[in-house]
This record gives sequence, C-alpha cells and structure tokens, in this order.
Amino acid sequence: MKAKVIITPKRAVLDPQGKTVQSALEHMGCAGVGDVRIGKYIEIEMDGDRETVEAKLSEYADKFLANPNIEDYRLVFED
Amino acid sequence: MKFAVLQFPGSNCDQDCVHVLRSVFGRPTELLWHKEYSVGDADAVFIPGGFSYGDYLRTGSIARFSPVMGAVKEFADNGGFVFGICNGFQILCEAGMLPGALIRNRSLQFRCEHVYLQTATHDSPFTGQIPEGKNLRIPIAHGEGNYFCDDETLQSLEDNGQILFQYIDAEGDLTDHANPNGSRANIAGICNEKRNVGGMMPHPERASEAVLGGDDGRLIFQSLIATLKTQPPLA
Repeated sequence: MKAKVIITPKRAVLDPQGKTVQSALEHMGCAGVGDVRIGKYIEIEMDGDRETVEAKLSEYADKFLANPNIEDYRLVFED
Repeated sequence: MKFAVLQFPGSNCDQDCVHVLRSVFGRPTELLWHKEYSVGDADAVFIPGGFSYGDYLRTGSIARFSPVMGAVKEFADNGGFVFGICNGFQILCEAGMLPGALIRNRSLQFRCEHVYLQTATHDSPFTGQIPEGKNLRIPIAHGEGNYFCDDETLQSLEDNGQILFQYIDAEGDLTDHANPNGSRANIAGICNEKRNVGGMMPHPERASEAVLGGDDGRLIFQSLIATLKTQPPLA
C-alpha cells in the first residue's frame, strides 16, 4: 500500500517561503492569489492493511514526520 | 569537572567547542559519537552546531533519535546540565527537552554575522557570570533560527524567566530591526523550567578568544563552570 503524508505549517506559524511565493505570483501578474502555504509531501510504501498502516503511520507522524509545535499533517492512502 | 561534546554526522562546530573547553578553559572534554549509549562521567554535555543528518526533514529531527540522545535525556532528567548551540538548540527543541521550535528565517537568508544580545535572566547555570547590564557580541550562522512557540508557551517562558538571551541592536535596544531571523520576542536562547537544559542560536564557542575578534562567549562557558564548582556532581 502507498501512503502519502501531507505536512503543512500550522495557521499560527509564519511561513516565509509561502509569503515569498505569494508575492512572486502577484508580481508575475497572477490575479486573485490569496494565502500561500508551503509544506512537505512524503510517499511511503508500506505492507499491511489500511487500518494497520494508518495506525502505524499516525504514531510515527506524531513523533517524527511532523513537529506538532509547528506543523499539521494528514494521511492519504492508495491501494 | 568533565565535559562531553556530542558529534553527529554533519556536526561542524564540535571541534570548536572541544577547543574552547580544553584549551581556553583547560577542562577534560570528551567527544561523544552519536552511537554512544552513555554520556560517561561527564558533568555537563554540549550539543554543538552544524547540520546533523544534512538538516533532512527538519533541523535536528533525526539527530534527536540517535542513541546518544537517549542518554542525554536521561542525564538531563536526573538534573545533568545540557547546553545546545545552534543545531544543538534545534535538536533539544525537536527532542522536547526545550519548548518551541526553530523554523526558517523570515528573510529566507542564511544569516552569518555578529549580533548583539542582552541577557534576559542571570538566574541560570548558563548566564550567572555575565555582568549585569553587559551586552554580548557573538556571531550567528544559521538559516533556521527563527524561534517559534505558541502564545501560551511564550507567556510561560516569560513568567518563569526561561528566556536567556534576546537580540538587540548595537545601542542596546530590543527592536524588530535587531531581530536577524524573526524569532518571537527576539528570543536567541532559552532554558527549560528546571533550568538545567539550555540552548541558543548564536555561537559562543566562536567568540571565546580575543584573537577571534571578541570573547564575550567565554562568559557562557564560565557561567556553567562556576555553577559546576558549587554543585555536587550527579550520583
């Protein structure tokens, strides 16, 4: 099974990369750009059924893949 | 009085730290490889700067799971003194041994320059010997030194006097302009609530000999040495 971990900076955390890309988009003439947030995307191949993989990955995302002080994450699964 | 300096793959200020402890202060100092499971008979542990594990995933996030960090955590839980410089500070935050996190500088630039610091509390093992009113001039060299914590954590840092150092300008004023990375409350260094674990982004080991253009950093090592002299070693 393939799992995707999508990590984003928490709302309260300043995201200087996102801000810079937002202003670059505006400078390039891309109209209507709002808030831009830049995070991380991780693909993980893992054996096991969905429930097991989800439980295991949640555990490791909480303690390692994401930092709860500054980041949120969500898991997406592909069979 | 013995010191240990940790070394991870990618550490690059470990030898500077060892040099200051051994040559400037004449203290026996052991370099501890990250695969060690014990801090030995060290009375205090320094976690040096650098780019442990290439800063992959997040700065300090992989180093914190190395075997030696388990030993450092146990050492600190028993009251041992631990001080992290730059990447060492990032590792201690990732390990949850210090609150908050260090994120990308707001300018997105790697900042490598001298900064001025004010000592926010002298009531810590790391700042006790810094004269009242003395502002320190110490270099920084980091891309991810922007100290972040939530409002509640910031309040508790202030209430408990856990802020060690804050960025100021050459005139001694705490301004946004003097903040090189966007840290909340201009924070450059903090300690834990028990006050035995501390960390800072600037590099005192690079400013401990006059020949290097300044020795204000000595005061931080001196503070810890003075503390260790008055405190019995851990059983």
